[in-house]
Amino acid sequence: MRNMWIIAKREYKHYFISPIAYVIMFTILVIVGIVFALNVWQASQPIVMYSPYVPEVSIITGPMLFMFIFSIPALTMRLLADEHRTGTLELLLTAPLRDWELIAGKWLGSLLFVLTLVAISLLYPLILHLLIEPGLDLGVLLTNYLGLILISAALLAIGVGISAMFSNQIAAFFTTLVVLVVLWFLIGAPAEIVPRFSDFFRYIDIRDHFYNSMANGVLNLSDVIFPLTLLALGLFLGTLTIEIRRWR
Amino acid sequence: MIRVNGLTKDYGARRAIDNLTFEAKQGEILGFLGPNGAGKTTTMRILSGYMPPTAGNAQIAGYDIVRESLEVRRRVGYLPETVPLYNDMTVFDYLKFMADLRHLPQAEDRVEHALEMVGLVERADGYIGNLSKGMRQRVGLAQALLHRPEVLILDEPTIGLDPAQVVEVRNLIRELGKERTVLLSTHILSEAQQICDRVVIINKGRIVAEDSPDNLQARLSGAQRVSLRVRGESDDLVEKIAAIPGVQEVIALPDGALEFQHAPGQDVRPEVARTVIQANYDLLEMHPVGMSLEEIFLELTGKKRK
Repeated sequence: MRNMWIIAKREYKHYFISPIAYVIMFTILVIVGIVFALNVWQASQPIVMYSPYVPEVSIITGPMLFMFIFSIPALTMRLLADEHRTGTLELLLTAPLRDWELIAGKWLGSLLFVLTLVAISLLYPLILHLLIEPGLDLGVLLTNYLGLILISAALLAIGVGISAMFSNQIAAFFTTLVVLVVLWFLIGAPAEIVPRFSDFFRYIDIRDHFYNSMANGVLNLSDVIFPLTLLALGLFLGTLTIEIRRWR
Repeated sequence: MIRVNGLTKDYGARRAIDNLTFEAKQGEILGFLGPNGAGKTTTMRILSGYMPPTAGNAQIAGYDIVRESLEVRRRVGYLPETVPLYNDMTVFDYLKFMADLRHLPQAEDRVEHALEMVGLVERADGYIGNLSKGMRQRVGLAQALLHRPEVLILDEPTIGLDPAQVVEVRNLIRELGKERTVLLSTHILSEAQQICDRVVIINKGRIVAEDSPDNLQARLSGAQRVSLRVRGESDDLVEKIAAIPGVQEVIALPDGALEFQHAPGQDVRPEVARTVIQANYDLLEMHPVGMSLEEIFLELTGKKRK
């Protein structure tokens, strides 16, 4: 655990000297801010055709998660691919730490960065809370952010696992992007096409676990277990890749 | 202490090292010599816990390198050939990170001490990316020394250093080797001769010789070659000396010097001396020429001169 923390600390600090991390943080906060402002503006319009529109937390967490699909590959691409390219992996693999501690430490470092970003974004729900009557439902706020954090933690783990397979950051970036896009946009699609397995496809659709439950303040056990399974899978994949690299 | 037993490593179909067996005791500096691609780095990577061998085993400080890899890694200081460093960190931060990974108490004092040993104190706050090759090499060495390891594995530790630094690093290694076990690889033979207690010469993954540098030299050279020198030119001496029974090859060199070879165990020097005097030459010197480690090396690795 201590080794994991040492690795994570270094990675976390590294994000703050990297321009990519700042660009990602800035872009996400601005775009989420714009979406947020548009929603608030729409709600403030006097003429509403149907029932009055009250913005919810998911107008913040939804776009954020969407943006994470495209930015997480950029946050994780470097983590192991660059160690491999520059040869510093040799240093870490001959230091007294276990392979899983290295992988988990890298993942934790990236998670801490995302958590920082998520913490800053809490400013938006705070503003929303002050704008609407009678304020935000705390339960819905919690499940939204729980979902956001759980799902990004899982996606980061997948990114770390894929980064371990490459020595080229760009290759790691695109592979992770493809995997995340498939997981987010495509994997749920067969649910409509093959009704016989629709339950299965719905279960492996991360989007479904967020939008149809946690985003609305619902918390099912499966919505927590599924991201955790992905997370474990990503870290396992990364550790396995390092082990295989050693034996080659 | 390092004990290597039948170590073998295959990269796909290529056998990088083949059944290596050797030992290095505590307080011994063992030189690992061989041409590029002989398997030096592969062996060192296996011993440092970077990768497992295909067959065979090895113990470091009494721990098995595969089954007790973490224990081995705790006790080994390793300087890889490529000296992997994080360019975006300062020297101090980098060493502190490595010290933390090794859970060293008073990590900062250890870092300071390691920096003193390699003479980098004044560059502690500089970024590694801005360092010269020699300085990077020294940062790598500091990293290997941080935890005062029982065993040091140094892959080409003096490569890329300027002559003054080479002397410094060699002295440092000699100092460290007094109480530790040091395994260092090099392809500079004079270096092995100067600092190693024993050398293992490997070629194409196999050990071709193992002894102290002096013994190797004595064993392989003998007194088969003799150099002599006369006043003036030595032109017509060549034939006369070549005519002496037992003399095999005579080479004339400038300024009255010449060299000849004779069969082992047959000392022809008195006869040669008489011949020189009788031919009315002033004999200035005559002495056996040992084979240099360079020549031994070339002979052992099958790359004969000419």
